[in-house]
Amino acid sequence: MVNPQMVMYEEEFNQIQTVVDRLVRDANAKVVFIVDKNGQLISAAGDIDNVDTTSLASLTAGNIAATGGMAKLLKENEFATQFHEGEKANIHIQLVGNRVILVVIFDSRSSLGLVRLRVKKASEELNHIFETLLKKVQEPGADSPFAEITDEDIDNLFND
Amino acid sequence: MSFINYMAREINCKLVYYGPGLCGKTTNLQYIYERTNPEAKGKMISLATETERTLFFDFLPLSLGEIRGFKTRFHLYTVPGQVFYDASRKLILKGVDGVVFCADSQIERTEANLESVENLRTNLAEQGYSLDKLPYVVQYNKRDLPNVASVEELRQMINPTSVPDFEAVARTGVGVFDTLKAVAKLVLTELKKGGNG
Ligand SMILES: Nc1nc2c(ncn2[C@@H]2O[C@H](COP(=O)(O)OP(=O)(O)OP(=O)(O)O)[C@@H](O)[C@H]2O)c(=O)[nH]1
Ligand SMILES: [Mg+2]
Repeated sequence: MVNPQMVMYEEEFNQIQTVVDRLVRDANAKVVFIVDKNGQLISAAGDIDNVDTTSLASLTAGNIAATGGMAKLLKENEFATQFHEGEKANIHIQLVGNRVILVVIFDSRSSLGLVRLRVKKASEELNHIFETLLKKVQEPGADSPFAEITDEDIDNLFND
Repeated sequence: MSFINYMAREINCKLVYYGPGLCGKTTNLQYIYERTNPEAKGKMISLATETERTLFFDFLPLSLGEIRGFKTRFHLYTVPGQVFYDASRKLILKGVDGVVFCADSQIERTEANLESVENLRTNLAEQGYSLDKLPYVVQYNKRDLPNVASVEELRQMINPTSVPDFEAVARTGVGVFDTLKAVAKLVLTELKKGGNG
């Protein structure tokens, strides 16, 4: 297969969640979330009951993919940072280690300067965690829980 | 590239609906959206032109139920079928786990269908995927129209490798869930084989 499978284990998940939770506080953010480049939501924190994180995740990935495509055409490295300023909400998007996307949504209680500063530190930590995770996934014996499923299990899913 | 989350005990897979402009990809997703229980679906997002042609993608997240304690989630995407949106199609194919090729059965769309399958093959190859190795099903859509090619003809042209194929009328839902279930099943079967790296 071309891509190594994306896998999330409890240990790394907790580490990532800690970084994300802290970033919400340190940056005075409304919502912080992490998405992989294919649009799968990995982690979220803050006022997440009032936003559709699944939709945002897919759109963020689409956005990064589109600007990445533009960068390629311009023979430019991927644009690692994007900032969109709204009337009430602002969105800061940061590519971390060219693997995952860190999104911070904030309002006037925070500022771009503060968000940038905190995102920088969080990115370094996240990069480290994802590197470890990737190594773990590539270790032999990291079996898929799906190796044991039967055709019957799959059929049952569709019997309704 | 499926995403297995041990913490949330869920597995996420990406399905892409491919095919020529106006073949009915968006209509497939709309029908699935309408006929799925609220708790099993998220919001459907359509990035479309003012004339409702797909501009970048449609997106629909679905939960299909649990296998061995793992929630199975599928992210359905459509590509824009119009020829000049090729750059966007390539982006949508990134990380794909399964493909539905939606053909327009109308005789006058024969060439468009062929071009689109060829384009699918090329765009996948560019990213190191082979259409022959990927979970893949074919749908012959718009069977309700009078000027359609026979299924045998379509099969010969579009489905020479005989992957699972389905006749459909996406507008009324005929064949829509059969197509979805078939590709979802192939994706899960692939995971079972141990797509772990
Ligand atoms: N008669 C008939 N019309 C259909 C059927 N499926 C879709 N249509 C119609 O075909 C038109 C185009 O459908 P879409 O689903 O938007 O096509 P698409 O493949 O998403 O097109 P692009 O976004 O341009 O790639 C719409 O008017 C649909 O209502 C079908 O099975 N029968
Ligand atoms: Mg469409």
